[in-house]
Amino acid sequence: MSASVASVLQSLNQIILGKDAPLRLVLACLLARGHLLIEDVPGMGKTTLALALARVLGLHFQRVQFTSDLLPADILGVSVFETATGGFRFVPGPIFAQLVLADEVNRASPKTQSALLEAMEERQVTTEGETRPLPEPFFVIATQNPAYQLGTFPLPESQLDRFLMRISLGYPSAEAERQLLLERERRDLLAELTPTLAPAQLVALQEQVRAVRTAPALVDYILALVQRTRELPGLRQGLSPRAGLSLRRAAQAWAFIEGRSGVIPEDVQAVFAAVVNHRLIVAAERDGAATSAAEILAQVAIP
Amino acid sequence: MSATAQAADLADYLPVRTLLHLLAVFTLVLGPHVAHLPVWASVAIAALLLWRAYATRRQWRMPSKLLRAALVLVVLGAVFASFGRISGQTAGTTLLCLMGSLKLVELRGRRDVMVMIFLMYFMLVTHFLYSQEMWTAAYLLLSCVAITALLIECQHLGTMSPRQTLRKGAVMIAQALPLMLAMFVLFPRIPGPLWGLPEDSGATAHSGLGDSMSPGDIASLIASDEVAFRVRFEGPAPAPAARYWRGPVFERFDGRTWARHWTQPPPLPADALHYDGTALRYELTLEANRKPWLFALEMPQLAELPKDASFNLNGELLAAKPVDERLRYTLRSNPRFSFAPPLDARDRERLTRLPRGFDPRSLALARQWKAQGLSDAAIVQTALRMIREQNFVYTLRPPTLGRDSIDEFLFTTRRGFCEHYSSAFTFLMRAAGIPARVVTGYQGGTLNEPGGYYVISQADAHAWSEVWVDGRWQRVDPTAAIAPERVERGLGAAIGAAEGLPGYLADRAPWRDLLRARWDWVNAQWNGLVLGYGPELQQRFLERFGIDDVRKMILTLTVLLVAGMTIVGFVLMRRAAPAHAPDAALREWQRLLRKLARRGYAPRADEGPRDFIARVLSARPAWRPLLQPPLELYLRSRYLDTPDAAALAMLHRLVRTLRLPA
Repeated sequence: MSASVASVLQSLNQIILGKDAPLRLVLACLLARGHLLIEDVPGMGKTTLALALARVLGLHFQRVQFTSDLLPADILGVSVFETATGGFRFVPGPIFAQLVLADEVNRASPKTQSALLEAMEERQVTTEGETRPLPEPFFVIATQNPAYQLGTFPLPESQLDRFLMRISLGYPSAEAERQLLLERERRDLLAELTPTLAPAQLVALQEQVRAVRTAPALVDYILALVQRTRELPGLRQGLSPRAGLSLRRAAQAWAFIEGRSGVIPEDVQAVFAAVVNHRLIVAAERDGAATSAAEILAQVAIP
Repeated sequence: MSATAQAADLADYLPVRTLLHLLAVFTLVLGPHVAHLPVWASVAIAALLLWRAYATRRQWRMPSKLLRAALVLVVLGAVFASFGRISGQTAGTTLLCLMGSLKLVELRGRRDVMVMIFLMYFMLVTHFLYSQEMWTAAYLLLSCVAITALLIECQHLGTMSPRQTLRKGAVMIAQALPLMLAMFVLFPRIPGPLWGLPEDSGATAHSGLGDSMSPGDIASLIASDEVAFRVRFEGPAPAPAARYWRGPVFERFDGRTWARHWTQPPPLPADALHYDGTALRYELTLEANRKPWLFALEMPQLAELPKDASFNLNGELLAAKPVDERLRYTLRSNPRFSFAPPLDARDRERLTRLPRGFDPRSLALARQWKAQGLSDAAIVQTALRMIREQNFVYTLRPPTLGRDSIDEFLFTTRRGFCEHYSSAFTFLMRAAGIPARVVTGYQGGTLNEPGGYYVISQADAHAWSEVWVDGRWQRVDPTAAIAPERVERGLGAAIGAAEGLPGYLADRAPWRDLLRARWDWVNAQWNGLVLGYGPELQQRFLERFGIDDVRKMILTLTVLLVAGMTIVGFVLMRRAAPAHAPDAALREWQRLLRKLARRGYAPRADEGPRDFIARVLSARPAWRPLLQPPLELYLRSRYLDTPDAAALAMLHRLVRTLRLPA
C-alpha cells in the first residue's frame, strides 16, 4: 500500500471507528474519480465521514441539505444584478466545491436531483448559457435514507447508475460504539486533523489509478460476471456496459490501494457488491440485492 | 389425448415454414421423375403435396390410421396394375416416390421430417437409374444441398434464415466432396453399368438405327441431336465423302419396309475381304443404343475386331449382346477394299427377291433396261442418271406414300430422303436382276475442334445401297446422285433452311457451333473419366500409385478415411476450444493446484488465487515459503505485468520442483 494512501486511511480510521472496509471503498471510489452514494439511516456518521475526508485530503467542502423546495439554482448558483457595475455577477452555488455532500438527496424534486446528477457527470455547470468547469478533484457524496417516506423522490435507476458505488456504513460494532462514547466528540477530533494530502497529489493518484493494469484474463472475469447478471432469472435487468467499465475502474482503484500494479480477481470481488448492488434491478420483491451480488460472485468461476 | 401426450406433440411441433420448405425440397427431389413415372403417379404425388400444403395452412385434421393403411394398399395395387410387378427400375421407383409422398400424410413432427429427409437422400439416387449425365450429377448435388439445408433447419428450428441454412448446407456438401471423390476413385468397381437394372432394359427409348427401315424412319431420327458415337482417328481423317459408317444391312423387302435377314448370317470368311491402300486406325466410343450392332468405317480389318464382336457375311459388325452401356473399341479400316463373299444361286435369288404385286411401273422400267441388254454396271448408271436428271428433290419432308410406295416416289412425288432413294434404287436393281440390298449407318460426322475428334450424331444417319456387280459388293449411294453435298458437307448443307431443318442444324452461327463443340468435348470427358471409370480404368489408375490388388486398395481406403476423419476431428476440436487458450501461466498454476488438490486443498470456482493460498496457508503456515513465491509469480505473469518469459520459466521451475511436506 502506498504511504500516502495508508496515512489517509489511518487518519480516517481515527474518526470513523471500526469501519475499515467501507472506508477503503470510499477511498477507492474517490481515487477512481467516481461519486458515492451512502444509504443509511440518520446518525451513522455520514456527515462526519465527509468532513473527515475533506479535512484529510485538504479539499474545499460544501454541504447541501436537500429539501423538497430546493431549486437547481440553489445548488448551481445564480447571477445577481450589481448596481455598482451595472452588470450581472455569477454567484457560484455550493456545487462549486471539491467535495460536496448532498444530504438526503431523495428529498428534493427530480428537477433539482437531475441538476446535481448532471453536474456530477459532466464535471461542469451550465447556467444562463455559460459553462463553468467544476473544481478538480470533484467528488460528490450523496446520502439517501433507505426508509421510504412520504414526500420523497427515490432516485430512478438511470440516475443511480451515475454513482460509482453505493455503500452503507451500518451500525458500528459494540466495541467501536463503546469507544465512541468514551472518547471526545468526533467533531473536536476532526478539528485536530491535519491534511495528509494536497488536492494536486490526489489528482496525481487518480492518474496512477488509471494506469493500473487489467490483464485480458481479468477482463474475461469481469465479462463473465456481467454476463451472469444478464442471465440470472431473479434479475429484471442485467448490468450495463457502463457498469462493467465502472467495475473495472473501481477494481483498479482497489488494486492501487492494495499497492498492486495490476488488478487481480480478488480486487474485483472486493468492490463488486458496492459497484453493482444499486445497479441490479431485482425482479421479485426480494430485498436480496446485497446477497445477490455475493450470489453472483459465488456462481461465476474465475477464468 | 392426455396432457403429457399433448405436451410431447407441442415439443415436436413443426413450424409451417419448415413444412413448406420440406414440400419445396421434396418437389425438387422428385421433379425430374415426372418424365419417367406414369402420369397417374405424378398426378397422385402432386395431389398429395398440394393436400399437405393446404392441410397445414387450413389446419385440417390428419386422416385416420385406417384411411392411411387403405391408401398404402391402393398405391401398392395401382403400381402392380400399372407394371405387373412392384420391383424393377420404373415400377420400383414409382413405388418409392408414391410411398415417400404418402409419408406426407402422416407427417407430424420433427422426427417425421428427419425420416423424410433420409428418404429424400435415398430417392435422389434413383435419378441415376435414368440418366448419368453431367447435368444430372449437378442437379443431384444441388438437391443434396437443399436437403442438407432442410436438415440443418430442423436442427435449429426458427433460428436460422433460409439463406443461412442453404449456405451452411452448401458448405457441408462442399466439405463432403473430397470424401466423395476418394470413394469414387477407390471404391471397388464391378464390371457392368453401375446404375443399369437389367430387368428394365429397353424401357428407356434410345434413338438410333433400328432393325428395319420404312419411309420416314431415318428422317425422324434426324430430329434428334443425340450423339451416336465419337471417333478419334490416330492419323489424318478420311474425306467426308469417304466416311461411311456401316451399320445394319437390310435385305428383305415387303413393299414398304426393309428388314434384316431372318437368321443371323454366318461369319464372313477371312478371304472374302481384300484391302487396298493405307489403313486408318481409330478409336470409336459408341453410346448405348440397346442394339447389338457396332459401327465401323467401311471396311474394317477382320484381324482387329473388338472383343466378342463378329463380322458376318452381310458385312455387319455385331457385338455379342446389345450395347447397354457406352462402349469403346479400336478398329482399323481401309476405305479402299474389295468385298467379295461367296454368292451362290440361292443367295442370288434371295437378294433379288421382290414382293409380289407391288410397284408394277418400277418393275416394268427395270425389266425394260434389262431387256435392252444393258450390262449390270450400265443399269446402275442408268438408274442413277434417272435420279439425277428427272427433277428429283432431296427433302426432309417428303409426301406420304401409299401402297405402291416405290412407284409413287419414282413417278409421282419424286421428293424423298435418303431412305426413299436407297429403297427405290435397291428395288430397281433387284427388278433388273442385280443382287442388291440396303445398308444403313451414318455418313460424315463433325469435327470437334477443341477435342480433336469427330462426333457422329443421329442427324448423320444415312441409308445407301449395295449392289453385286463384277463379282463383288459395291456401294452405290443414290442420295449422292441427287444431293452430292449431303455426303460432302453434311445434311445442313444439303437441305435449305426453308425446308424446316431441325433447329440445331438450321442455326449455323459459328459461335454456337463452337459452343456446341466445347460442350460435346466436356461431355466426352465426363463420359470417359466419370462414367467410363470401370474396373479397368480403376485398376490402371490405381496402378499408377502402386496399388495393384483390391486388398491393398481397401487398406488404402481405410487409411485415407481414418486420416481424413482424424484431420476433420482435430480441426473441429481446435475450433470448439475456447477462444482464449489457457495461457502458460495458468497451465503452471493449474499444475500447482493439482499438487495441492492431492493434499486435500482445492479452490472454489469463484475463489481468487490469493484468497485460496491465504486459506491454505492459514491451515498450513509451514508451506508459506513454498507457496508464496509461485503465487506471486503467477499473479505477476497473469494479471500484474505483461507476461515475461523469465517469470514464466521461474514459475515453471518452482511448480515442477514443488514438494509439499507432510
